[in-house]
Amino acid sequence: MMELEIELKKASDTLKAWDTTSISLTAGCDLFMRYVTRTSALEFEDFNSAKSRVLGRAEKFGEISNKARKIIAMLIQDFIFDGCTILVHGFSRVVFEILKTAAQNKKLFRVLCTEGSPDKTGVLLAKELAKLDVPVKLLIDSAVAYCMEEVDMVFVGADGVVESGGVINMMGTYQIAIAAHSMNKPVYVAAESYKFARLYPLDQKDLEPALRPIDFGVPVPPKVEVERSARDYTPPQFLTLLFTDLGVLTPSVVSDELIQLYS
Amino acid sequence: MDPPSRFLHSVPTRFDSPDRLRFHHFSFPQLPLPRHDSSSAAASAVSPSSFSYSTAATSPTASPGRVSRGSFSRFSFASSLPGVGMDSMAAATSSSVPASGLTTVSVVNMPPPPGLSEKASGVGVQKSSKPLKEKTTKAERRALQDAQRAASKAEGGKAPLVSSGSVASANVKAAKPAKPSSQENDVAVAAAGPSEKDRKKDAPHPRMQYDDESRVVKAKRRAVVKQTEAKNRVELFRHLPQYEHGTQLPDLETKFSLLDPMYPAVYKVGLQYLSGDISGGNARCIAMLQAFQEVVKDYSTPPEKTLNRDLTAKISSYVSFLIECRPLSVSMGNAIRFVKNRIAQLPITLFESEAKAALQSDIQRFISEKIVAADKAIVRHAVTKIRYGDVLLTYGSPSAVEMVLLQAHELRKKFRVLVVDSLPKLEGQLLLRRLIKRGIDCTYTHINAISYITHEVTKVFLGASSVLSNGTVYSRVGTACVAMVASAFRVPVLVCCEAYKFHEREQLDSICSNELGDPNVISKVHGRGDINYLDGLTNNANLQFLNLMYDATPSDYISMIITDYGMVPPTSVPVIVREYQKEHLLV
Repeated sequence: MMELEIELKKASDTLKAWDTTSISLTAGCDLFMRYVTRTSALEFEDFNSAKSRVLGRAEKFGEISNKARKIIAMLIQDFIFDGCTILVHGFSRVVFEILKTAAQNKKLFRVLCTEGSPDKTGVLLAKELAKLDVPVKLLIDSAVAYCMEEVDMVFVGADGVVESGGVINMMGTYQIAIAAHSMNKPVYVAAESYKFARLYPLDQKDLEPALRPIDFGVPVPPKVEVERSARDYTPPQFLTLLFTDLGVLTPSVVSDELIQLYS
Repeated sequence: MDPPSRFLHSVPTRFDSPDRLRFHHFSFPQLPLPRHDSSSAAASAVSPSSFSYSTAATSPTASPGRVSRGSFSRFSFASSLPGVGMDSMAAATSSSVPASGLTTVSVVNMPPPPGLSEKASGVGVQKSSKPLKEKTTKAERRALQDAQRAASKAEGGKAPLVSSGSVASANVKAAKPAKPSSQENDVAVAAAGPSEKDRKKDAPHPRMQYDDESRVVKAKRRAVVKQTEAKNRVELFRHLPQYEHGTQLPDLETKFSLLDPMYPAVYKVGLQYLSGDISGGNARCIAMLQAFQEVVKDYSTPPEKTLNRDLTAKISSYVSFLIECRPLSVSMGNAIRFVKNRIAQLPITLFESEAKAALQSDIQRFISEKIVAADKAIVRHAVTKIRYGDVLLTYGSPSAVEMVLLQAHELRKKFRVLVVDSLPKLEGQLLLRRLIKRGIDCTYTHINAISYITHEVTKVFLGASSVLSNGTVYSRVGTACVAMVASAFRVPVLVCCEAYKFHEREQLDSICSNELGDPNVISKVHGRGDINYLDGLTNNANLQFLNLMYDATPSDYISMIITDYGMVPPTSVPVIVREYQKEHLLV
């Protein structure tokens, strides 16, 4: 049994090493290990029954993760009222699932999509939403504060949810959250529970850097530095609610969940 | 013992002032460890009289300073002591000295202390009373009791210390001229039952409100340490105890020989609290637990008693003594709860030696897991937050933060430290000295400069006496100020606190629960004799001094709390308190 756990740990480490910057990968692996090994396999004399039990839990974990998006989409439906305007940032599959479900439920709402440069992920999302016949408006990232007054709520996904209750997400989320907070617009984060990570950043630089190349379209002079970070950290005071497969949570509950999971 | 020595750093520097020097030599004589011989209990009534405080006892008017430097006497001095009707007994039994052994006589003959803890006298008297009392019935005892009460009332109270020495042990029952409190009478005469009840009522509630007159009077009667209440008190803080400092120590020292049932280790710890030699949540807690370990080691169940109840009662009496020396800190309160819990959970079927061994190992485990290991975990988490080029601010002398800084330095991280300090305690200087010795770059300033220096600070590390359920950090006075200024400058504030110090109560301000220190200390500046503007004004009706020891920092100013459970936001404290209690129940 110990051998199996060691093998699992090795596999998990290899997976994590593949992309050290991905928080959800790390968090997911850690949580999987905890979830699976939480069963006191030692209580089973028979190795085979212990193994099958571990397998069963592993499959359940996979199912939960898959179903998570559906659960979240269902939970958030009550918050989308007819005639509302939703601001989204970048392309998050969870958020897309939410909007798809809402469209299927024949709700009337409008979506403002930020461009999500430099990856232009926002444009992709706009295309998908247009296919669903949802009214979409594209904006450049700098136009967020300008449009904030007509927005009713902000939906964002998350790369990782940290112990303080804050989220790590695509670059730009923090400034949207600040603008929304200053104008009293709620910011809702949709994240599966396996993204809960045992990190506690104090500021932006406290994160593992995740850099990606940025193409400005024009050549950049060699002496000029470029800020290449791909994500930022939004502190919990700017977030209103977290929608997870564990339910609708306030940011402070994240730490409680983590303590219970990890102790 | 190695681990706790870290926490006793305050001891050396106290010796600098000549006033304090006398306490340096304050150490207990190397007595043979008391053996509890219930059979010889009645006979050997020697114990405390043979302890070192004989010099004080001989000259009750001797200056306080002389006491501790007196020669440490043994049995030979017993004769010079007052209240030694057991003198003959002392000579007779040169056997080992039971610490809580019988000094029935001394108890009886000692008038002034506004009442020994009844448990103490109760225990002592009981042992001797048992063989003598078998024959009397309850009615007779009641009658005797009433007669004595009347007699004491007639006497009007105090008999001088020395003269009562003439009362021989045989006259225990008859001659009780100086029983100031009728409660003592009750205990002296009654059988085991009532005194148990008294014992339970005895320990003053740790957070007693001192503005309730009747309660205060009752507490004073039970008190072991004679405390004179301060005259000039701030109205807002009337619910907190405030005593004249400086009168307690010598008073306590003279009484030591008469405080028979007080275990020497506990007594020593109490005096160290009183004089300020041990300060800081961890140090006080560890010292107290180690004293309790010794108590358990030398404990033996009196006949017809269960270990659980009797030992718990004993611990309660020691705790009430410690409270009188200095109000309990939250860390101590939680540790005491743990110890009592463990005692209560001991199966009745265990042999005494097994039970004692189990208890001792439990206490040892508490210290090593909840304090020492917890500190290591905190250090491990906290050093990850220290980055290259950081400027760290710390206030006072928190033991956990010091460990973090030293460890970060070991790991070759480059950072510098800003130590903020404040009068009157100047605890920051202790920390400063230790950091500089290790070669850490330090800056030192006082708290009035905090808004000036905070702009260059990147992180603030603070310690805590306790963290309460609503996320409020209860810590040395001045901490709230530092946290608020840091918050205004958007500097993250990290509080390092072991989980055993968390408490489920909630506090909204620094007033409802606090500790008042010696007010006279504020009117002077240590080392600056020329600043004497307030001399002669200390008793002026228009001037009140307020020396608060703790303050409460609201959770909004705290970014993160680092505990042995990991790094948590202040909102998660109730979860940790819950988890912590669950652990205890399972253990």
